[in-house]
Amino acid sequence: MVHFVLHDARDTVAVVVVEGVKAGMALNGWIMDEDREILIHARQDIPIGHKVALKDMNPGDTVYKYGIDMGRVVAPIAAGEHAHVQNIKTKRW
Amino acid sequence: MGPGRRFRCTNHKEIPTMSVISKETTFLGYRRENGRVGVRNHVVILPLDDLSNAAAEAVAHNIKGALAIPHPYGRLQFGADLDLHFRTLIGAGCNPNVAAVVVIGIEDSWTRKVVDGIASTGKPALGFGIEGHGDHETILRASRAAREFVQWASDKQRQPCAIDELWVSTKCGESDTTSGCGANPTVGNAFDKLYETGNTLLFGETSEITGGEHIVAERCRTPQVRERFMFMFNRYQDMINRHKTSDLSDSQPTKGNIAGGLTTIEEKALGNIQKIGKKCLVDGVLDKAEMPTGPGLWFMDSSSAAAEMVTLCAASGYALHFFPTGQGNVIGNPIVPVIKICANPRTVRLMSEHVDVDTCGLLQRQMTLDQAGDQLLECMLRTACGRLTAAEALGHREFVLTRLYESA
Repeated sequence: MVHFVLHDARDTVAVVVVEGVKAGMALNGWIMDEDREILIHARQDIPIGHKVALKDMNPGDTVYKYGIDMGRVVAPIAAGEHAHVQNIKTKRW
Repeated sequence: MGPGRRFRCTNHKEIPTMSVISKETTFLGYRRENGRVGVRNHVVILPLDDLSNAAAEAVAHNIKGALAIPHPYGRLQFGADLDLHFRTLIGAGCNPNVAAVVVIGIEDSWTRKVVDGIASTGKPALGFGIEGHGDHETILRASRAAREFVQWASDKQRQPCAIDELWVSTKCGESDTTSGCGANPTVGNAFDKLYETGNTLLFGETSEITGGEHIVAERCRTPQVRERFMFMFNRYQDMINRHKTSDLSDSQPTKGNIAGGLTTIEEKALGNIQKIGKKCLVDGVLDKAEMPTGPGLWFMDSSSAAAEMVTLCAASGYALHFFPTGQGNVIGNPIVPVIKICANPRTVRLMSEHVDVDTCGLLQRQMTLDQAGDQLLECMLRTACGRLTAAEALGHREFVLTRLYESA
């Protein structure tokens, strides 16, 4: 089963595509652009459609998705944690 | 990985492109007097203004098969906002999905302006002003006209039309992260194939390109098109900057987007742009409700609000709309069939009555992007030939006019 997907191998976040991801679960990921799989352990419960961090990130870091800048880190994020509005913000507006 | 980096849309695994359509593909459509082809055969009762809704709805109630399109505007508008009002109403009437139109307005001269605009296509159009007559007499006279139009239109037969005569627009709604991974790339794959067959295509949602504007700019066919696109993009940014509160975080992304996992406008935009596929170039740029002048992919400056955007697509002459959704937007349009595509298994499970094309298999590697695109194109052809979309069957007829500023 694919638990999460990412577009580009350099992405620092990925999208959970199944319901019921709980802290501690081993998650299978699919890198779409390379058709390759990776593994990560969830450190928090993550709802379907929400993002899991693939790397440890610090405030000020740029977050990459689709291989492109999608905003900045505003609170520390550890790999496997839920990456969303509580720790990432837009660089626009 | 700066802004100059070439964008790669989600390509899953590259495999040789297969397609259910070719240049020889045909569908059964209605050919109109001006040569355009429609996929529906509506007789529309079109109010010019808010005051005329009651009469228009009474006529549609009297005459079976007539369709009233009520809306809340049309009085004391001026300048560019009034121009857009006329362009949207006339454009909706001119849409090839419409066989004939009865216009009802509070007074004669603006009513006549809309009638004349629609009649320029050669299709039957008549107007009725309420002042000096009252609702009863207007409803009687307009019902007589609508009855003739409905019987005349019901005599029209569908005939084989070439695939490239179908104009297809797209806009996504209630997006979430599965939109960018699954539903939007499905539209992109279908658009790439329709681009090859010479169709006239459209995308827009100006604010929702924020963070990905460089990607769209790179896809523009000529420097002139790029300059025009950036003019439209910057004009919208200026408007947002004039009025913005905090970071618009409650509106772009929306609360629904955020609940679905989208975090920033940049992330939403990068997902949004997947709808224009990998091969299509942006051939031209339109202002709101303007009509394209040739085949290819057009960008239209437009709101990202679903009903406003789809209404503008209808006014620009598009006959069919691809609408990918993540969390489950239920929108439809009175004259344009709206096909819903979804790749979120929870939404498909909870809101199946709204989903026309289920591409959840994409995210479990059970389906290739080419297969998903073909599934959408098959649905497109069946819809073009007359099969009702989920939104049509559910009676969704959202018709929302875009306003540029306050009435006088």
